[in-house]
Parts: sequence; C-alpha cells; structure tokens
Amino acid sequence: MGGFPWQSAFEIREQVASGAVSAVEVARTYLNRAEALNATLRCFLTLDYEGALAAAAQVDRARRAGEALGPLAGVPIALKDNLCTRGVPTTCASKILEGYVPPYDAHVVEALRAAGAVILGKTNLDEFAMGSSNENSAFGNVHNPWDLTRAPGGSSGGSACATAAGLTALALGSDTGGSVRQPAAFCGITAIKPTYGRVSRYGLVAFASSLDQVGPMARSVREAAQLLEVVAGHDPRDATSAERDTGAYLAACDRDVRGLRIGVVRDLLEGLQDADVRSSVEAALGTLENAGAKLVDVSLPHADHAVSVYYLIATAEASSNLARFDGIRYGLRVQGEDLAETYTKTRAQGFGPEVRRRIMLGTYALSAGYYDAFYLKAQRVRTLIRRDYDAAFERCDVVCTPTTPTPAFALGEKTSDPLEMYLADIFTLPPSLAGVAALSTPCGLSGDGLPIGLQLVAPPFEEELLCTVAQAVEDTSGLRDARPRAVA
Amino acid sequence: MTDARISLEQVLHVAKLARLTLSDEEAREMQQQLDAILGYMEGLDTLDVSEVPPTFHSIPMLAPLRPDVPAPCSDRSEILAQAPDSQWGGFAVPLVLEVE
Repeated sequence: MGGFPWQSAFEIREQVASGAVSAVEVARTYLNRAEALNATLRCFLTLDYEGALAAAAQVDRARRAGEALGPLAGVPIALKDNLCTRGVPTTCASKILEGYVPPYDAHVVEALRAAGAVILGKTNLDEFAMGSSNENSAFGNVHNPWDLTRAPGGSSGGSACATAAGLTALALGSDTGGSVRQPAAFCGITAIKPTYGRVSRYGLVAFASSLDQVGPMARSVREAAQLLEVVAGHDPRDATSAERDTGAYLAACDRDVRGLRIGVVRDLLEGLQDADVRSSVEAALGTLENAGAKLVDVSLPHADHAVSVYYLIATAEASSNLARFDGIRYGLRVQGEDLAETYTKTRAQGFGPEVRRRIMLGTYALSAGYYDAFYLKAQRVRTLIRRDYDAAFERCDVVCTPTTPTPAFALGEKTSDPLEMYLADIFTLPPSLAGVAALSTPCGLSGDGLPIGLQLVAPPFEEELLCTVAQAVEDTSGLRDARPRAVA
Repeated sequence: MTDARISLEQVLHVAKLARLTLSDEEAREMQQQLDAILGYMEGLDTLDVSEVPPTFHSIPMLAPLRPDVPAPCSDRSEILAQAPDSQWGGFAVPLVLEVE
C-alpha cells in the first residue's frame, strides 16, 4: 500500500486504466528513481529508457482509444539479464556476451509485452546465474538494500534488490537451485519457483536445462501470483513446456488455509543454528495453525545430499550448455592462431572464475571413467530426493522450511571458499532437484533487522496451494509495510 | 598431496576437454578447490543406489512432436550482425584447412 514507489502493480494498473496518471509518467518516475539509486545498489545493468517509454506510450494510446488493457498495463517490471530481449543487450553478467543484442524476445518477454507491462531494464546477476551472492557478476556486485554491506543473494540478486528497494513494481528472475527464492529471502520479498515445465524456457539463456525455471518476484504474494498467471502456460518452442492449463493463482490468494496440512521437517528446524530464523519460521507455523491449518511432521531423509547431487548435475549440464560460447557466433572473440586456440582464448578471457570452476567440475563429472561414479550416481540419488517429496506429499499439502539457514551474509564473507557458498543453498536445492513448485515469502526480521524467508513447497503444478498458504503468512506477519532501511 | 582426489595432471586434462586454458597458478588453485568439493561429495558414497533408477528429468514427459509445418525462420542478416566476424553470408573463422 501507499504512494510511489511502494504502490502495488494492481494500484498502478488501476490508476493508469482510469487515466488518473499516464503510464509514461509512471515509467519516468521509476526510471528516475532507478537511475538515482543504481549507483549505490548496482542492481540494473541496463536501463532501457527508450523501450520503456515507448511501451508506456503504447499503453496510454490504447487507453485513449478505449481498447481493452492487459492485466499488467503500465506496470513497471525489471528482467534478469539472462532473459533475451529483442534490441536490448543481454549479457548474463558475463564478459563473453558483452555487446550481444538478441534478435528475439524470450517467451516470458512476449507474454509481458502482450499484458501491457513496461520493461524498465535488465538486472544484475551472478555470471550465467551461477552463484548465491551476486558477487560473481563481471560488472560489479549488487548491494542488499536492507544493509549495503550484505549480499542481496543470488543469482537473481539484481531483480530482488530492485523490487525490494522500490526501483520497480515487479521483476522476473530465474531459478536453477534457489536463484529467485534465496535473494527474495535476503531482500524481504516474495518469489515463486514454478514447477519444472510450468513456464517456458524459450529465450532464457540455459544454465542447467533440467532445472532452470523463470520465476516471478514481487513485494506481495498477490503480485507474484498475478505475474505467474501472465508468464505461465504452454509454449511449443520449449519441448519441456507442460501442456497444462495455467492455474488461477491470484484467486488462490483469497482461499482459506483451513484444513490444509502443512508439513514440518522437525529435524531440519531443530538443527538450525540461527535462532532468529528458527523462531521466525516457528512463528509462521503457529499463525498458520491458528488460521486453521494442520501441522504434520514429515521428513526429507536425503535432503542432506542435495548439495552434492545438485553441484554434479547442474555443473554437468552447464558444461554442455556453455560449450556454445566459443567466440564464433556472438559476443566476445579473442582471435588465436587457429580455430582451437580462438575457442580456448575466448573462453579463458570471457568466463569468470566461478563459471570456469563449474565447467571444470561438470566436465570432470561427465568424463570417461568418472561418469558412473559422479554424474550417474547423482542422478540416482536425485530419485531418492524426489521420492522423499512423494512420501511427504502423501501426508501433507505443502512442506514448510526456512528458505536459507541464515539471513543475508556479508559481502565477501564466502567468496574465498566455493564450497562454503554452495552450502548456503542447502534448503532451496531439494525442491529444484525434485522439479516441484516452491515459493519464498518473508516471515520475520532478524535481531539485526534483516529479512528472513519462509520456503513453501508443493507438489508439481500446485502453485495455487503455495499462493493460498503464502497469503495467509503475509496477512499475519506484520511485514507488509516493512521497507529496506538503506534506501529512502 | 599424494592422496588428492583429483591431480594437477587431471585438472589440465579436463581443462583441455572443456576448451579452457589455466595458468600454472590458476591450475593449482583449481586443483585444490575441486579436491575440496569432490571430498565433500564423497558423502554420496554412504548411499547404496545401485538398484535405484536415475532421474534425468524430474517431471515425467514424452518427447513431444509438432506438426511438420514450414514457418518463417530468423533473418540471416540479423543473426550475422551479432557475429564477431562474418563473410559471404556465414560465420567467418580462422582457416581450418590449408588449400593449395
């Protein structure tokens, strides 16, 4: 609630549709704020003034002509810079794609344009979406708007930061192992990792194809639900896109949690080192119980292996997907004596340290003599993790855990130890590996005033359940009007 | 390190497979980091999964087929405009064959 910049996407659309304000004015005020604060936050890599104002003018023209307006008419949105945008640079925060201007729009970008959304620009990320702190960007790290010395999370750190700090109303990120949920938790917003296949991956630059999903990010559950309704749906250009009707996610926010069974992973909660995270999650569970939901104990006995499984499967897929960046068709080329040397020189200069590390790990896991011991074994353990959820969902409707073991960690805290950084993903990885639906929404603030995220996990294609439960948490958390301290 | 899980030699071999070059210092650092990560992953050895089928895709799906209908494809000049070098309507690369 409230005026600029905190008004909701629904309020903006209503004002634009009624003519109380023009879409061009809305776009201009957000662009001005984004430009002013970006020097501090570094959440945008590109601000597309021309494209945003043209899209806004189009909405205003349609309104004056009395045409029907889309569900996001005039609503500003920021896109993670691994989503292809026709005519606007798409860098993946990598030097290897510097200067690349896609000749086509991603499916989700087409859907946003059709809904009347105004794309403000492209947001910073960990290079090729590989990281949990946004510190792997080739173009400088993003700062957490709640405390500028802390990480915004990753890899969709720019999208999370821009949304939390009121530089945009909405954002899209991508989630391979937690990349919308973890930054949403760190920045105090809501994000949905849809079921694998729910949202088309066409035009999302591939990291790990069996895990990647585009995810909505917003300051409220209802706005995230609305955004999911716009971008979800079948797309024949993505062979893994599900041929299923899109759910009524927004309507699901108004449903009662009474009678729903919430799965609590007791040993995981009791093992939490961070007392603030534990008490915030327990408080959220208490409010759900008070609202009529039933708490049931479930277990995820193989979740502890998720870090190993994920960092074998995702890196193996990445090593294959990133083979296309060779300096021949787009982006950077470092000319060598011959073709092979051109490849290796381009890749050595174009990829940052974490991307190189993951390509190395993935290549190793797939290489002759190691495939069975690493890659195939990881895929077998992935089955056990999937079965853990199958068993849990026989007893409950939604599994509830923290999104992260701690609130936002300090910038620089984990950069010297890659394994330490990987372990920060421990709670978001199992749902990704199982391909199920997941969501993170704020459930508390730490003693230091940092946001804490609650992760909800539902069976495949049950995003509606996530919206219902998350809305109940939002209604009782008292955090609706909590704003980041570092930005006015 | 005699009992390293991955040797410096293996690191250099994998780098070659992945079309990456590493300086001596980068290779040593990579060897230590990969060794630590692979050490952590040895935790998987506590599970007997020999009878468990692998999950290559989390949501079971058949490879979908679409009707074989011709449709316009991307514009060649737009695609070539992104290339670092192009000639005669194609991507230009360093010479791969010697011609007389």
